[in-house]
Amino acid sequence: MEFWFSERHTPNVKFSIRVDRQLFSGQSELQRIDVFDSPEFGRFLVLDGYMMLTEKDEFIYHEMITHVPLAVHPHVKDVLVIGAGDGGVIRELTRYPDIERIDMVEIDPMVVEVCRKYLPQTAYKLDDPRVSIYYADGLKFVRSCNDQYDLIIVDSTDPFGPGEGLFTREFYGNCYKALHDDGIMVNQHESPFYNEDAIACQRAHKRIVESFPISRVYQAHIPTYPSGHWLFGFASKKYHPLKDLDDKRWNARGLSCGYYTTMLHKGAFYVPAYVEELLKDVEHEY
Amino acid sequence: MSQLSQKRAPIYEALEEFKKMRVVPFDVPGHKRGRGNPELAELLGEKCVSMDVNSMKPLDNLCHPVSVIRDAERLAAEAFHAAHAFLMVGGTTSAVQSMILSVVKRGEKIILPRNVHRSVMGAMVLCGAVPVYVNPECDARLGIPLGMSVSAVEEAIRKNPDAKAVLVNNPTYYGICSDIKRITQLAHQNGMLCLADEAHGTHFYFGEGLPLSAMDAGADMAAVSMHKSGGSLTQSSLLLIGPAMQEGHVRQIINLTQTTSGSYLLLSSLDISRRNLALRGKETFEKVKELAEYARGEINAIGGYYAFSRELVNGDSIFDFDVTKLSVNTLDIGLAGIEVYDLLRDEYDIQIEFGDLGNILAYVSIGDRMREIERLVSALSEIRRRFAKSGADLMEQEYIDPEVAVSPQEAFYAETESLPIEETAGRICSEFVMCYPPGIPILAPGERITRPILDYIAYAKEKGCSMTGPEDPGIERLNVLKGD
Repeated sequence: MEFWFSERHTPNVKFSIRVDRQLFSGQSELQRIDVFDSPEFGRFLVLDGYMMLTEKDEFIYHEMITHVPLAVHPHVKDVLVIGAGDGGVIRELTRYPDIERIDMVEIDPMVVEVCRKYLPQTAYKLDDPRVSIYYADGLKFVRSCNDQYDLIIVDSTDPFGPGEGLFTREFYGNCYKALHDDGIMVNQHESPFYNEDAIACQRAHKRIVESFPISRVYQAHIPTYPSGHWLFGFASKKYHPLKDLDDKRWNARGLSCGYYTTMLHKGAFYVPAYVEELLKDVEHEY
Repeated sequence: MSQLSQKRAPIYEALEEFKKMRVVPFDVPGHKRGRGNPELAELLGEKCVSMDVNSMKPLDNLCHPVSVIRDAERLAAEAFHAAHAFLMVGGTTSAVQSMILSVVKRGEKIILPRNVHRSVMGAMVLCGAVPVYVNPECDARLGIPLGMSVSAVEEAIRKNPDAKAVLVNNPTYYGICSDIKRITQLAHQNGMLCLADEAHGTHFYFGEGLPLSAMDAGADMAAVSMHKSGGSLTQSSLLLIGPAMQEGHVRQIINLTQTTSGSYLLLSSLDISRRNLALRGKETFEKVKELAEYARGEINAIGGYYAFSRELVNGDSIFDFDVTKLSVNTLDIGLAGIEVYDLLRDEYDIQIEFGDLGNILAYVSIGDRMREIERLVSALSEIRRRFAKSGADLMEQEYIDPEVAVSPQEAFYAETESLPIEETAGRICSEFVMCYPPGIPILAPGERITRPILDYIAYAKEKGCSMTGPEDPGIERLNVLKGD
């Protein structure tokens, strides 16, 4: 039997994974949710036909979106996570005993429910006592927050569909307002490679540059995402992602990771020339 | 054809039928189902260009409808509780103008509020009627023109018993309604007709808990912008008439200025939209109301903004308020409405309907979802955080009572001279000056130019309002009547 999951990465490029069986398929108020088992990538979650995570490579994304800001900011206590219904970011955050509060805002309760049931690898820390889950529109939630978080992690879907509002100027501005004076915002920043993704990536960067005094982009290699080359945004009011990296402090924590190291942290901010150019194009006015 | 019901869409059905016949076109339009204009076909889609066809027997003729267009008009009339409905393809401007041309002739008077749309003034230039303006009261805090009070209409009727008709905005651009039922009764008691500009009131015919529609108030004619809240294509509209009007006469008037090549894209969009409204309008507008109410609550919670609503209702000049209109006063954050309008577009990629000196209007409709509402609210919250100022230097928008020196037609066609705008105080203007949107004239042909009017024009220009009308696009000069 040939049973394949395919996702179009562009109108002319397709990415396929052989599927063993489908475990779940459902339609929430916002999107279609599917879970499959595959021989190569293990279990994987799909929203509206777009691959969100696989058991095999999710560690890369979740480590990179979490540990980079935490190795920079000296005292993260209050964290807001937008999206992240699969629990992967929460899992990484709960490894830090000095984090006191984690507010998670997910728009779709069904995503959380499905991940709790089928993806314990990422979801098993969602019941940590420091975690409060709010089922709300991220844009709306952050609007009423003022000066109350050290770190905001924006673990969004793509800039079309339900996640669209999380790529807007108003959202980044609201995040700025929700952070303390030395706060950091890290966001899923799309891929710079295929044309359409690159435009979304550039637009997001432009809007963040307009909203934060420090705005840098870093990269990771994620095999199941379009082109495999993925970016994250590091936006900050005070701390510089490289100058303020405290590798001794972070390494003293003794956290073992599969992808992140403080050495890689430094390298991740050195992006390819074409990406630098793409980003610079929207920076010069500011 | 089988029995007519609101579930039918006769023009749409005829087009579908026509497509199946695969008729070879040796008639206009010359693009021949898009084959002659591949770029256009690519842009609009093959289906769209293949429906852009000419009047012909199976598709009826808008100038003299006898089959499917006639049926579509009958269904529209039924849906809108009218004696007859005319499908219009020249925008609601054409519906308003046909309405006025149907009831007043050269030298005859028509009673109307000053905050009428420019199309009303245009109609008077065309037919030579003389406007009798009723002062729409002005809300001092919001700086917006309101509805006509019944006593002001009574007074105008008493002073002008020879007037032929009264025109009512139902509602205004901002969603404010006059007591149209009482005004219609007054007009009828005095042998006058009552007309309604319902460019912003299509949904009144279908939603619940919304202001009274013109046809239900007993008015004689109404121009309804189906393309606004009704969901049809831009430029499509309806003209409704009550039982006192003669259908044939109104059709003749419409045919004076309306195209003989009515677009089937527009006509079918009217037909389908009417069907949607008749079948699902009630639920649709319930949803629109909820979205607007939610947005109002959230915007008022930001602080500084005032998203106004039914609390303004005073039983007279604000007889009722259309809660689907999301009008927001911005003066307390120290920004003019037009400034907020520009910031929303330039900084946040959000295009709203209009900004005037003190207010913005975000158009909420059938096509909106909660996520867009959240973006709008969040952007307004950000604008306050980033740009709010103390509001001391903002001028309020005020009603300036116009002095009609000669009829609009006489002034429009008179011998004129061009003067620098600063030197025109005291002279009679021969052209329109409008702030667009909302397209309500500051000056109309035949009106005397005064100092306060010139100050207002200068201020609106400075604030970045888009000013239109005069021959000189920069509005540095105005045309005035020679030797007055």
